[in-house]
Amino acid sequence: MEEPALPVWKKWLEGSGDQVIFLKGFFRNMFRGGFEWSEFVRQCYEIGYKSFTLVGITSFIMGLVLALQLRPTLVSFWAESMLPRTLAISIVREIGPVITALICAGKIASGIGAELGSMKVTQQIDAMDVSGANPMQYLVVTRILAATFMVPLLTLLGDVLGLIGGFLAINLTGKISSLLYFHKCINSLTFTDLLPAFIKTIFFGFVIGFIGCYKGYNSNRGTESVGLSANSAVVAASLWIFVIDAIVVQISNIFLYQ
Amino acid sequence: MERDKTINERKGLAVNKDEIVIHIKGLKKSFGSKRVLKNINLDVHRGEDVVILGRSGTGKSVTIQCIIGMLIPDGGELTVFGSEVIEMDERELKELRTKIGFLFQSSALYDSMTVRENLEFPLTRILRIKDQREIDKRVKEALDGVDLADAIDKMPSDLSGGMRKRVGLARTLIVNPEIMLYDEPTAGLDPVTSREISELILQMQKKYKTTSIIITHDMECVSITADRVVVMDDGQYIAEGSFDEIKKSKNEIVRSFFKPML
Repeated sequence: MEEPALPVWKKWLEGSGDQVIFLKGFFRNMFRGGFEWSEFVRQCYEIGYKSFTLVGITSFIMGLVLALQLRPTLVSFWAESMLPRTLAISIVREIGPVITALICAGKIASGIGAELGSMKVTQQIDAMDVSGANPMQYLVVTRILAATFMVPLLTLLGDVLGLIGGFLAINLTGKISSLLYFHKCINSLTFTDLLPAFIKTIFFGFVIGFIGCYKGYNSNRGTESVGLSANSAVVAASLWIFVIDAIVVQISNIFLYQ
Repeated sequence: MERDKTINERKGLAVNKDEIVIHIKGLKKSFGSKRVLKNINLDVHRGEDVVILGRSGTGKSVTIQCIIGMLIPDGGELTVFGSEVIEMDERELKELRTKIGFLFQSSALYDSMTVRENLEFPLTRILRIKDQREIDKRVKEALDGVDLADAIDKMPSDLSGGMRKRVGLARTLIVNPEIMLYDEPTAGLDPVTSREISELILQMQKKYKTTSIIITHDMECVSITADRVVVMDDGQYIAEGSFDEIKKSKNEIVRSFFKPML
């Protein structure tokens, strides 16, 4: 006899409960001895270095396009000189972190989801577990921490390349020296622009690693579930990025900008 | 009886009938409304190799998964080395698992690691060996044992099915477990490789002096490795005895396993 299907709200609650238990498992294992340093470094390389090109190119093009789009509007207001400042603030505060995080959600969360999902399907996680090793510590803690550590660095890189893209765009249509452009960019930024942006990238990195690991680690048996884990990891991580972004912006508005 | 003697002589070990390492009584396990294990009773003595024979879906794998604590039974007694598995906390279960080896049907090699790293993994994480020379020595010994010394730097994806089983066996045995649980060790292999793996299991049992439970429906594997055969159907045991005794069984389900051999 088939088990009756659970209503959607019960499934959602069950899933949320599972995520809380998984989160608790992550923190418990993070502070347990025997941290897997070599695996953490390997994951930093996999997550950070291997996403470097994609994040770099995308951010560069975003900066370039943003400058090209902004310029006519600013010109119509006789405010062309505001272009470096506008670019710097929008890239550092919002576009850089969010675009980098979304790219990482697509690349890293899906990669982790698919990798752990396929390890689950081929019983590699079970093999670690029954051998007495700790798969949470080896697979989950290292990946979540590596994502938390690398996404802010990738964002920093993305911001710089976005600004370089903007510089190139301005020089395609007008002329500005690199010294003046970057001087204007840096001078327009304050601590209150950098701090919330940096803090939210840490949360973005954490959520990307966490969702990827959770979806992969808890994927069902069967090859189809590997694809589903990867897919749902991207969707859930992308949604969480926007939710976190909205929350951080609200909090920064209350405490920093008012 | 004659056959049992031959197997024990070949293994070079005697079954210690006084020491029960695994004791199962009235074991029950359900998944939803499906009752997979209805009433399992089994005692495994030290040094004994018990084969659980049965059709797919009769609860064989569930039984060994309960023994190692991957699944929690719904009822009954299950003691390993005299300790109740169901009542063990996480630390006790981890401790128990260091004494039990589990060879998965799929071999479950870590596919992002080379063969060497696969074998080093349990040494550094379970036995916590730090000395690289000791690790290298043990890895070499384990691979020599399964005749795969040349594959040390290969990735699992470069190995054939039989080689993967051998590496899986070497990785499981490298920590010298007292009990070995084999989940369909010859599944998906050609008859020649299956025989080689069965012979290797016997050889390894002799070398490492393990107590084993082997889940299979490969009759050649049963004939090579079993001290005792237990036949399972519909979540319970329907026959038990030596290979020859089981072979003479009048039970239709038991006989059906021997049909391809007759």
